[in-house]
This record gives sequence, structure tokens and C-alpha cells, in this order.
Amino acid sequence: MAKAETAILDQAGIARAVTRIAHEILEHNKGCENLALIGIRTGGDHLASLLRTRICDIEGVEVPIGEVDITMYRDDLAARGNLPIGKTSIPFPLDGKDVVLVDDVLYTGRTIRSAMDALMDFGRPSTIQLAVLIDRGHRELPIRADYVGRNVPTAADEEISVTFNEDLSPLAVRLVKP
Amino acid sequence: MSFKHKHILGIEQMSKEDIEIILDTADAFKEINARDIKKVPTLRGKTIINAFFEASTRTRLSFEIAGKRLSADTVNISGSTSSVVKGETLEDTAKNIEAMAPDIIVIRHGHSGSPHYLAERVGCSVVNAGDGAHEHPSQALLDVMTMREHKDRIEGLEVAIIGDITHSRVVRSNIYCLSKMGAKVRLCGPGTMLPPGIEKLGNVKVYTDMRDAIKDVDVIMMLRIQMERQSNIMLPSLREYARFYGLNPTNVKLAKSDAIVMHPGPMNRGVEISSVVADGVQNVILDQVENGVAVRMALLYLVSGVESMQTS
Amino acid sequence: MAKILIKGGRVISPAQKLDDICDVLIEKGKVTAIGRDLEAQGAEVVDADGKIVTPGLVDIHVHLRDPGLEYKEDIASGTLSAVTGGFSSIACMPNTEPVNDNQSVTNYILNKVKEEGHCRVFPIASITKGLQGESMTEMGELKGLGVHGVSDDGKPVSNAQLMRRAMEYAKPFGITIVTHAEDLELVGSGVMNEGPVSTELGLKGIPWVAEDAATAREIMLAEFTGAHLHVAHVSTKGSIDLVRQAKKRGVNVTCEATPHHFTLTDEAVRGYDTNAKMNPPLRSAEDREAVRQGIADGTVDAIATDHAPHHIDEKNVEFSIAMNGIVGLETALPLSLQLVEDGLINLPKAVALLTCGPAAALGIPAGQLEEGGVADVTVIDPELEWTVDAQQLVSKSKNTPFDGWKMKGAALFTIVGGKIAYQR
Repeated sequence: MAKAETAILDQAGIARAVTRIAHEILEHNKGCENLALIGIRTGGDHLASLLRTRICDIEGVEVPIGEVDITMYRDDLAARGNLPIGKTSIPFPLDGKDVVLVDDVLYTGRTIRSAMDALMDFGRPSTIQLAVLIDRGHRELPIRADYVGRNVPTAADEEISVTFNEDLSPLAVRLVKP
Repeated sequence: MSFKHKHILGIEQMSKEDIEIILDTADAFKEINARDIKKVPTLRGKTIINAFFEASTRTRLSFEIAGKRLSADTVNISGSTSSVVKGETLEDTAKNIEAMAPDIIVIRHGHSGSPHYLAERVGCSVVNAGDGAHEHPSQALLDVMTMREHKDRIEGLEVAIIGDITHSRVVRSNIYCLSKMGAKVRLCGPGTMLPPGIEKLGNVKVYTDMRDAIKDVDVIMMLRIQMERQSNIMLPSLREYARFYGLNPTNVKLAKSDAIVMHPGPMNRGVEISSVVADGVQNVILDQVENGVAVRMALLYLVSGVESMQTS
Repeated sequence: MAKILIKGGRVISPAQKLDDICDVLIEKGKVTAIGRDLEAQGAEVVDADGKIVTPGLVDIHVHLRDPGLEYKEDIASGTLSAVTGGFSSIACMPNTEPVNDNQSVTNYILNKVKEEGHCRVFPIASITKGLQGESMTEMGELKGLGVHGVSDDGKPVSNAQLMRRAMEYAKPFGITIVTHAEDLELVGSGVMNEGPVSTELGLKGIPWVAEDAATAREIMLAEFTGAHLHVAHVSTKGSIDLVRQAKKRGVNVTCEATPHHFTLTDEAVRGYDTNAKMNPPLRSAEDREAVRQGIADGTVDAIATDHAPHHIDEKNVEFSIAMNGIVGLETALPLSLQLVEDGLINLPKAVALLTCGPAAALGIPAGQLEEGGVADVTVIDPELEWTVDAQQLVSKSKNTPFDGWKMKGAALFTIVGGKIAYQR
């Protein structure tokens, strides 16, 4: 049975949101001197890449970028069995950095909690900020995003689908009703 | 994910897909070993008992570190200090351990079939760290992972394994693993150490002359020749063994120029492998050890996932 | 004593060259008549229509474990297991504690059988004192007590000179030397047949040559001395052939095969099942086929179970350290009848292998069914289907590889000395 899908953002819409977020990050951090981006797999890593390009377009600087797989830090492993574990790569020291965690969809907040635990094992960032493309509500932990592309109120049984092109650039965001 | 094995008893029961899942997972865990804080909370609260009834330093250490890096509580018991000395049967020892609710028992034992014996009698997961002359699955997996890293593939590789084939569990596990992944195995050893029907276990050819066995191979794996075998009337002398079945700077040239040299350890320098080769650039023995921790972390993680799915 | 009239069965007694549908009348412990349309006043009638009536079955290789190892089996439970399997006469091996190498132990066994035994027991004494392999048992004296054979079974007599002397000494007494032929050095610490399965399982193997080399030596010594040699539990192609050739040369040699050696192969060890561990071990498919051929062409004289009970604690351990042996008295009959089903031999031949064949091989008075003879009779239903349940075995020990097997054929009545010792 085909699910009913509503378009939230198209490719152009995503590009505009990412551009705005890039400006906001630079404004809030007064430039990009200690800035680092870390994408949360999967989805957040591609967005982080796009964000980095945008920041470079604006400030002319390529900020350090890394990606983290939070499977090993999940709080629900017992119920989920063995999920595939992806690579984590943070090729720069975190101490003293202003780290912007990037994810595609912010939901319960547990993924962000796991990502922060992972980061703490790597070092001691000066600050951790959060940029998300979509905030769909229903937080279960006291977590909030600093930079949001679009707020999309959803019901618990709905899904947000973020699709990517072959070159890993974001393609579209859709709301999927059951 | 489709990894469904509750126990790791051997490579024999695994599919190619299972092996690939283990290797990919090990890749991800390997990154942790390079961090400053070498710990992730993945198996926090899980209890892993390392029951090593046969002496071992490197494998036990490897499993212990693997468990600890996953934040599990690991406890070691060894044969010489256990109740086994007081005559307790393996079954009673196992049941007593099980009453303390471990999630995983890692067992190394001198009797082939011991992990199977255990798996039939306890409810938790059983991981085979080496049983008699039967299998040593984590060793074969780390061997294959090391080969994959250095050669970018397993399929089509020619791998020579030289030594006491009859008594080697490393050989059997490697035969299964390499054959399932599409590699070809060449075995060589003294006539007294080639067991009947070994070629039936996989994609195997048996050679009696080491020079033929290692000609143009991609990987040379040397097995430890055990000094104790001498009393078994198997060899006239270690000197003769080293001469005809040992790897040295001269015969290593028969293999491909970029061939890698492996050894499950510990090495008998000057017997199965000369010091020059052991310390040479081709050898990846320390990579094997590093990969060993990652592979064992992967096995503990995967088996724990299956086990908790079954209990939840 | 009761009269028993067994009516309408197919009476097969190869010793008497008898194979006919007729009746058998038993009175006062003897077979008083065999013929058609017999009648007897006050007799208990056994309807044997569609059944087979044979001399009481004979198993010349049983370990009763009594004296000394009664936790595994004793004379009462072992003989009960025998009659349940259709056997009215068994020969018990001397590797008890103490070893049966003297009058006291032999008398103990014979007396206990009188008090608690369910069937006839013919003790086999040891060849060497205490099974030490150093000096001979006083066979002459034991012959007088009814011992017809000697064996160090469980162990070989490694010293060839000693075996030669034992044969030379036994010959004038008419005693059969039963040999457990294996070269202990070639066996080493092997625990199963050496072959692809042992390689795969990583278990130390026992090569066929360990049995064949020893069997060859025994046959040559028998040829040299003229003694009667009986080779126990032949398991290899080579050994069968050695016996076959020796018989052609006129050597006074007989041999036996166990049901597990003509039914199973070393594949049964897969999974490290200790109920597939015995000595000599289960061998290759080729060896099993050779044993079956030996049965078909008469090289094998007897089917004998080598019934070897062991306590669960001795089997419920890792394969390498489990004790050797399986029970066999209660499964021998259907497994032997299976050979007839398979077309390997006919029914009279199967009966011979379980009656007069073993009796003649060991030299014991059994395996006969004739007028005026002892009333040891077994009534068999060859069509009865049943499933083996190890826990329900009558033997004290349950170590059988046939647990759960569907069997066809069983003893309905086992009559010993004119009394029904077992009724299904």
C-alpha cells in the first residue's frame, strides 16, 4: 500500500535552508576560527559536508570536518539486537573546538545524547552546538537545536524521509503518513 | 541485520555473508583502538567470562581487552587455578559459572568439541577461543582481515600455510574462512603432519615440498612447530624441520615480491621462521595482533546482540 | 514345571538344518517334540503364527561388569537385558574387578547367575593373570568349571611370545583364544577412526592398520600353533580379508562382528556424540561394507554385541575423555534382521549368526533346537515396529547410539531351560 507523502522541502529549499544555517553559525560563533563540523551518520554526514562547502563559499575557509557513528553508544541495543556499525572518523583534536553536530532529523533527542557521549570520549570541546535540517518535535530528553532548517510538527506514527542524490547532495524532504 | 549465530563455535557453520559482517564490524571497532579513550559503552553491564582451560597469553589478553573496551565486565578463569584441578567435570564447572548469569562464556580448551559440549548445556552465548585441534575461529577471522587490509581482497588470493597441519586448529578455521571467501589454500608440512582428507575441508591443495607450496603465493602463513611434538616421534630434529619447512630470506623470495608473511604466534625464531624474515618488512604479524582485538570486539558485539534479541 | 506349546511358528534352527512351519513342545526344561499338529494337555500355548521360533539367541561378547563395577551393570540387570533382547545364553568378559583369572571369581559369577541370573552365562576367563599381559591364567583348572574361552578383551596381548605360549597351552584343553587385536603404539592416544572425519573434528585418529597389523600377527600365531583363534569385533576391510584368506588356507580361525560395525560408520561421531565412541571405533563406509560382505560370504561366523555398559558420568564428558563402549543386547536382534531386509543374507543365515555360529566359535553348548535338547527358545516377531528409548532400556546403562531409532523386529518370548525368562 503506497503511503501518502507530502513534500516538505525540495532540493532548492534545502539549499536555501543550509545557506541560512551556515550564516547563522558564522554569526553566532563570530567567524570560524575554532569551528569544527561533525556529521552524525547516516544523513547528518552528508549535510555536514554541504554545510562545510557553504561556509567555505562565505568565509573562504575549509573548517575541519568529521563523522560519528553512534551505534555503539545507543541506549536501546538490548532491544535492537546487533545493528551494523559504521565508521567513526574525527581526524583532528577536539580540545578547545566549537563543535557543531549536524544531523538531518531531530526527534527524541537520544541520537544527539549518544553523539555527545561519543564526542566526550574523543576529547573536550569548548562548546557543542547542534544544527539540524528538520526538527519534528517529540523530545524525550532535554535537548534542543541551536540551528534549525525547518520545524515540522509530526504525529508519532508519521515519518520524515530525507533522500540524497548519488553524489550525496540532499534531494528532498518528505513527510510520510502511515 | 542478518547475523543470527548465538554461538561462535567455528567458521564451518558460517556463511560468506556472516564473515563479511564480522569483518566490516571489526573495521569499525578497529578505529576505537586508535583513540585516546579506548572505550565505548556498547556492552556496558554485560558479563563475559573468559574460561581458558588451556594455557594462553595472547588470545586471552586479546579477548579480555576486547571485552573491556566494549565496557563489559570481563572475568578470567584459567585451568590451573580452577576447580578442574580438583576433578570437577567441565559440565559442572560450566553450570556453576552459568548460575552467576554471564552473558558470554569465551572458552579455550584442549579437547576438540568442548565449546559444542558447553553450548549444549548452558543458556548463554559460547565463543570458541580454540578447541583442541578443531577450530580457532577468531584467529582465522583476524588473519583474513589482515589479508584483506594488505591485499584489498580475499577472492583469488593464493595462501600457503606451512607447518604441523595435523594438530593445528588455526589451519582448519583458515581453510573454511578462506575457501568461503574465494581464496585458494596450499598446505605443506612434513609427511608425519598431514592428516587424511584435509583437502576435503575446502579449496585446498596439499604439497610435500615447501618450495612448490610457496611459489608465487600472495600470503605465507607459518605455523608454530611445537617443541612438545618431538616426544611424539613426529620429527627427527628441529634442525631438519627448519631446513626443509622453515621460512628464511632465501626461500621467501619464491613467493610474490609483495607477498605478506603471517604467523599466529608465538614464534619460534630460527625454527619455522628466521629472525630476518620475522623482523622484515613483509611480515604483518603485529597487524594480526592489532586486528585480533578488533575482530574479538566484533564477535562479542554480534553474539551479544543475538543473545539479547532472544531473551528480550 | 510348566509345559509350553509353541504353535504354528516358522521354526528355524540352522544347527539342525531345520526351517519349517511346525510346533515345538517344551516339558520339564527340555524340548520334547518338534513337529506338526502337536497337542499337549495343560500346556501354556504360545501362538507363533507369523512369528519365528529359534534356538535361544547367543551373544558371546558381553561385559557384565560384575564383580566390581556394579554401578554400570550387574549380573541381574545384564542378564535381564539379555533376555529382553532375545538372548538365552551369553558369554561374559573377564575385565571385571577383580579380573576373572581364577576359580573364586568364576565361581562367584556362576553362583550369582544361579541366584539372580535370567539367562545362561558362560564366563570367559582372562588369558593373562590380572590382564597384566605377563603370565598365563590357570586355564586348565578353569576349563573344569565350564570356561570354554579366554580373552584379555579390552586389551591386546602385546607380547607375541606370550600369545604364542597361551595358544600352545590352550590347544590341548580345547580352549578358544578370543583376541582383542590392536597394536597399542599405533593406536596411540587415538579416540576415533583416523580419516577425513577425525581430521575435520580435530580428534586424534586410530588408523585401520592398528587393528589389521595385530590381527595378522594373531592369525599367523594361530596358523603356527594350530590353536583355535576367535577374532573379536572385527571392524576393518583388511581384517575381514585376513580372516577370509586364513580360512581358505585352513587356519582354525573364526571371527565376530558387532551390530554397530555393520550398521554405522565414523560419520556417527559428528557432533562429538560420545555414544559413538567405542573400541574398535566406528570405521569408514568402505570398512562397513567389507564387514557386511564378510557376513554375507561366511567369513564372519557370529554376530556379537560387545555390550559395554558405562555410567552416564563416564559418557557425559568431552569426547576425548569419554569411556569407550556402548550397550547392545537390546538392539542386536532388529539390527541383525535389518541385514535380511537389506537383502544381504537370508533369515536362516541371520539366525545362524546369532545361535550356532557364535556357539561353535566359542565352543559352548548353546544355539541348538532339537528333540531331547535343552529348552532354550526365542520367539521373534520380525514385523514388530518399535522405537528405541534409551531411558527405557533394561540395562542399568543407557549408552546407545540408537536412541530414537525406529526398529523392526523383537523377541516376544525368551525361554531359558523351559521357563519363560522374558515376555514382551
